[in-house]
Amino acid sequence: MSKQYKLVSCTINGKKVEKMVDVRASLTDMLRDDYRLTSVKKGCEVGECGACNVIIDGECFNSCIYLAVWAEGKEILTLEGLAGPNGEISDIQQAFIDEAAVQCGFCSPGFIMSAVEILEAKREFTDDEIRKLMSGHLCRCTGYENIFRAVKKTMLRRLGKEKEAEEV
Amino acid sequence: MYDIKALYEAESVEHAIRLLTEHPEAQIIAGGSDVLVQMREGKRAGKELVSIYGIDAMRGVSYEEDGAIRIGSLTSFSHITKDPIIQKHINVLGEAVDMVGGPQIRNIGTIGGNTCNGVTSADSASTLHAWDAIVELTGPGGVRRLPIHDFYIKAGIVDLRPGELQTAIIIPKNAYEGYKGHYIKYAMRNAMDIATTGCSVNVRLSADKTIMEDVRIAYGVAGPVPMRAPSAEIRAKGKPTAEEHIKAFAQAVLEDINPRDSWRASKAFRQHIAVVLAERALKESIRLAGGEVNE
Amino acid sequence: MYVGKKVTRVDAYDKVIGRTRYTDDLCDKSAYIAQVLHSTIAHGKVVAIDTSEAEKIPGVIKVFTCFDVKEKRYFPTAGHPWSTDPGHQDVADRLILTADVRFYGDDIAAVVAEDEVSAAQALRAIKVEYEEYPFVLDVQEAMKEGAPQIHENYPNNILKHTAIRKGNYEEAIKEPGLTKVEGWYETPTVQHCHIENFICYAEMEGDRITVVASTQIPHIVRRVVGQALGVNWGKIRIIKPYIGGGFGNKQDVLYEPLCAWLCMQLGGHLVKLDIPREDTFVSNRVRHSIRSHIISWVRPDGTYAARKLEAFSDQGAYASHGHSIVAKGTGAFPQLYPCENVEADAYTVFTNKSVAGAMRGYGIPQAMWAVECHTEDVAAKMGMDPIEFRRKNLMPVGFTDPFSKNELYDDTFNQCLDKAMEAIDYKRKFKEYQNQAGEIRRGVGVSVFWYNTAVWPISLETASCRMVLNQDGSLQVQLGETEIGQGADTAYTQMTADVLGVPLEDVHVISCQDTDVTPFGTGAYASRQTYTAGFAIRQTALLLRERILKYAHELTRMPPYNLDIVDGKIVRTTDGRELMTLGELSTEALYSLTNSQHLSAESTAQIKSNAYSFGCSIAEVEVDIPMCKVKLLDIVNVHDAGKLINPALAEAQVHGGMSMGIGFGLSERLLFDERTGRALNNNLLDYKLSTFMDHPRLKALFIENPEPTSAFGTKALGEPPACSVAPAIRNAVFQATGVGVNDAPVNPHNLFRRFKEEHII
Repeated sequence: MSKQYKLVSCTINGKKVEKMVDVRASLTDMLRDDYRLTSVKKGCEVGECGACNVIIDGECFNSCIYLAVWAEGKEILTLEGLAGPNGEISDIQQAFIDEAAVQCGFCSPGFIMSAVEILEAKREFTDDEIRKLMSGHLCRCTGYENIFRAVKKTMLRRLGKEKEAEEV
Repeated sequence: MYDIKALYEAESVEHAIRLLTEHPEAQIIAGGSDVLVQMREGKRAGKELVSIYGIDAMRGVSYEEDGAIRIGSLTSFSHITKDPIIQKHINVLGEAVDMVGGPQIRNIGTIGGNTCNGVTSADSASTLHAWDAIVELTGPGGVRRLPIHDFYIKAGIVDLRPGELQTAIIIPKNAYEGYKGHYIKYAMRNAMDIATTGCSVNVRLSADKTIMEDVRIAYGVAGPVPMRAPSAEIRAKGKPTAEEHIKAFAQAVLEDINPRDSWRASKAFRQHIAVVLAERALKESIRLAGGEVNE
Repeated sequence: MYVGKKVTRVDAYDKVIGRTRYTDDLCDKSAYIAQVLHSTIAHGKVVAIDTSEAEKIPGVIKVFTCFDVKEKRYFPTAGHPWSTDPGHQDVADRLILTADVRFYGDDIAAVVAEDEVSAAQALRAIKVEYEEYPFVLDVQEAMKEGAPQIHENYPNNILKHTAIRKGNYEEAIKEPGLTKVEGWYETPTVQHCHIENFICYAEMEGDRITVVASTQIPHIVRRVVGQALGVNWGKIRIIKPYIGGGFGNKQDVLYEPLCAWLCMQLGGHLVKLDIPREDTFVSNRVRHSIRSHIISWVRPDGTYAARKLEAFSDQGAYASHGHSIVAKGTGAFPQLYPCENVEADAYTVFTNKSVAGAMRGYGIPQAMWAVECHTEDVAAKMGMDPIEFRRKNLMPVGFTDPFSKNELYDDTFNQCLDKAMEAIDYKRKFKEYQNQAGEIRRGVGVSVFWYNTAVWPISLETASCRMVLNQDGSLQVQLGETEIGQGADTAYTQMTADVLGVPLEDVHVISCQDTDVTPFGTGAYASRQTYTAGFAIRQTALLLRERILKYAHELTRMPPYNLDIVDGKIVRTTDGRELMTLGELSTEALYSLTNSQHLSAESTAQIKSNAYSFGCSIAEVEVDIPMCKVKLLDIVNVHDAGKLINPALAEAQVHGGMSMGIGFGLSERLLFDERTGRALNNNLLDYKLSTFMDHPRLKALFIENPEPTSAFGTKALGEPPACSVAPAIRNAVFQATGVGVNDAPVNPHNLFRRFKEEHII
């Protein structure tokens, strides 16, 4: 059987790109192997751990169970695309640092991308809503506590609630 | 990298039917959260796939001319939950599919995939059963519609004929108007889980909110496919919203359901939980419908 | 001073921008892909393997079976320091591939292919013919006469039995007026579930082989790969990059020998072995399931007259860490609640199940489950307050263990209990939750735990450190003790900066261990690293400081004892004048035409001490009785880990341990099919690791009594947080419902069974 390839054109981290892609590839494969975006991690490859999470057209997806060819025409954002043009990191990344929300770091890229989607909603979620919105990721190091703090504090700060953020 | 023999991407429903006809061995892939997982397990390895994921015409929620609610089969769970039509008339469906897996799964998983895989634990299925949903199938012979109950043949097998795909799920107006419902997913953890048992109940109360004019209840994982509990429904219909009738209704589900022993849960456990869920889901439905439960 | 401060993790920035490279990120894409074929029977012999169909699949390079391993070189896998005394060496019972199948999932063949799809197809195309034997899954069934024999030379499948005898139990129980309390307690098989699965790759350079592996113990891996392959250890190079968690699973040699062997069979070609999640559950390591039987004889005043423990530890199919796990827990038994008359027997028993090895807590979570559930039962039977009963019987201040020489220097238990009670408003809640009725009830529960730091005197404790001064006055620091997510590199940075007197940013701890260049150290386990590496860091930094000041004396003519290094500058202590920066000194020293020196230091510290590390948990729960569900409302852990090096990272680490304890107590359990021995729920959907929505806010608090034996006043904290959470939850459920669940986890299945037995549903 001959291998089947398809030209996939999409926008990755703000840049228009295109490459011939093996149709058997997952989006994880394409991002890691073809574009060397290695923040996209493989933890289970069946959509249960969330380590491969990326944002596609504004919504989070586990890229391991997303066919690479479906990326055609899509806008994809990975953790590598969060930093500004001079390498300045975003508030949520800084919050992960400040709140000691990172330990082994393997699940962190996926979590941060879900946090990005939550923060883009520009509204105040309850604690239970935050937990639910972040629940597509497993972490064995942090017990989720400091990740929760980082997300909630950043959400409050973006809403101008500096004082409430300090009390989280 | 998946063990895909060949991938055909459909651009329209007609194109999909043509591809399915040309490649009779091919498996339909919608969001892929089941198909790709099975492929990796080896169950569907080496198969041809017809991807319908790109058919945008199969996405979204709308009214049909007669007021029925039409949900395109490719509509993702998260879009169903956020949809204003769903929120207005059948919010319980939005709540039920908001309990599937986690957020990323709800962005990729589709209601069509959730029903076409024929599994009993699907979070949407019990609610669709409890709301008398109609399944729309489109194939080489045209469009046919059948009640969701008839769509399920046995565990993992649905009435999908060669060349056919499910294009929509429809909730008729008389099935939703005046009803309020509640779904309880019983699982071992609060996210990223499949239902040990799922129970969806809805009720239509009399104008004075004291009589249960109609009660519908359906389960996931109470048998090989999602199922209604007709004995229980009969027990409650026309009865006042009183504790004794609710309890009798809940006990009666045992006459209908047939859960099995498995390593995921024992039959005795599932039966016990089914009764508790029936009672709690009916009480909550009555509350949502503006009634109250009298001792 | 940096020690004791909330310094930012040195690796945090790279981790939040996605730049940190883990094993798979480093592997060249030219690598061949290896996959392992696992047995589909629980016990038996591989009679024949037909690889012909598999070899025909395009992209398949070669299939290797157990019959291709010509030299049967048995090797041990435990991440223990080697012992030159054969009596103390780990059991060598593994082969690279085996024809003797001892569990469902044993390694019988391997495929090497150009890509993962071809490899997976080949695995499915291999035909295996077995001769099947009866198998046994239950630890006590395995001990019975006539049970299937899993290994030669281990009658009744007992890998080891040890006994503790103190006083005279049989005589002591004759004392009049004693109350007997007896119970059986069991913990489940659970798995580490680090998010990065085990992965490694191997490549040859000349006649040497390099293995890059996701491991906690690179130097130990080098030794075992050498033993397994019969290759001189100097020809083996192990590189450990950043890893995505380990929790003890990677404190075992997993597939590094197989990967290296495959590479050698293929002329040294790069071979990658990336273990799928499903195999991580089954064919790596799991936590020992331990069944414990405790009998206590209690006087009317609530003191113990005599106590007895029998513990049966389920080893699974191979020895791995073996008896040391249950031995550690059993050793805690006579110490935590000292009693004059004690009998304790610990058995480690082979079964035809997944291999048990090290996992966070190393036998103590299992022991604390048994002991602290039992303590609750005893207090209840005696009608005593659970906390007062514990305070009365706990190890007193001044208690010294004659074997380890560990001493309880401070009133740690009471301090921790007081703090935890205050944090959770225990007294008010305990009173409020007495004698409830109704479907939904609440309860609070407590558990203490015993832990000790590092492995001395059972095994060697050693750590080596190298410091090299750069021209700019900064320095590179290397240790064999590994960063696995816990924040070790940051702690080392803080320690080095303080002892040497340089700014934090001038200390560059090299995170990656490479056995070719990294000084010897045994790695991350036993909550040892902050304690043991501390000695090596202090000693090496002092040595380097002495050399620097000696050179400063050459340059300044000031006697070294009137000089100090403060914030990266050479300072004259008599008047506080800054004479030069360390950078100026270092540049001069390196490039001097008269006295060129590369200022560096390297030293090894052997540590012949150990330290207790104690604490407690208090949990508050809500139990929905008809639903058979527990909701954890609140939980607090209080630890006395001595002086904290970095309070923020310490707190974070406690959260993680608590989370693991919550899963252990409420939801996690790896199940095996009684009919086949196959694992049933070996994936992250069916194995119920707790999610973001299953936790309340986690409270981690500390009592900081400096540890006098320690180089920085610190002691174990990595594992202790996982030790007392589960029994605290169980005891809270007990207060709420009056029903004790003695088989962890306290999940709906076990609650349903127990509530039925107690007729409350």
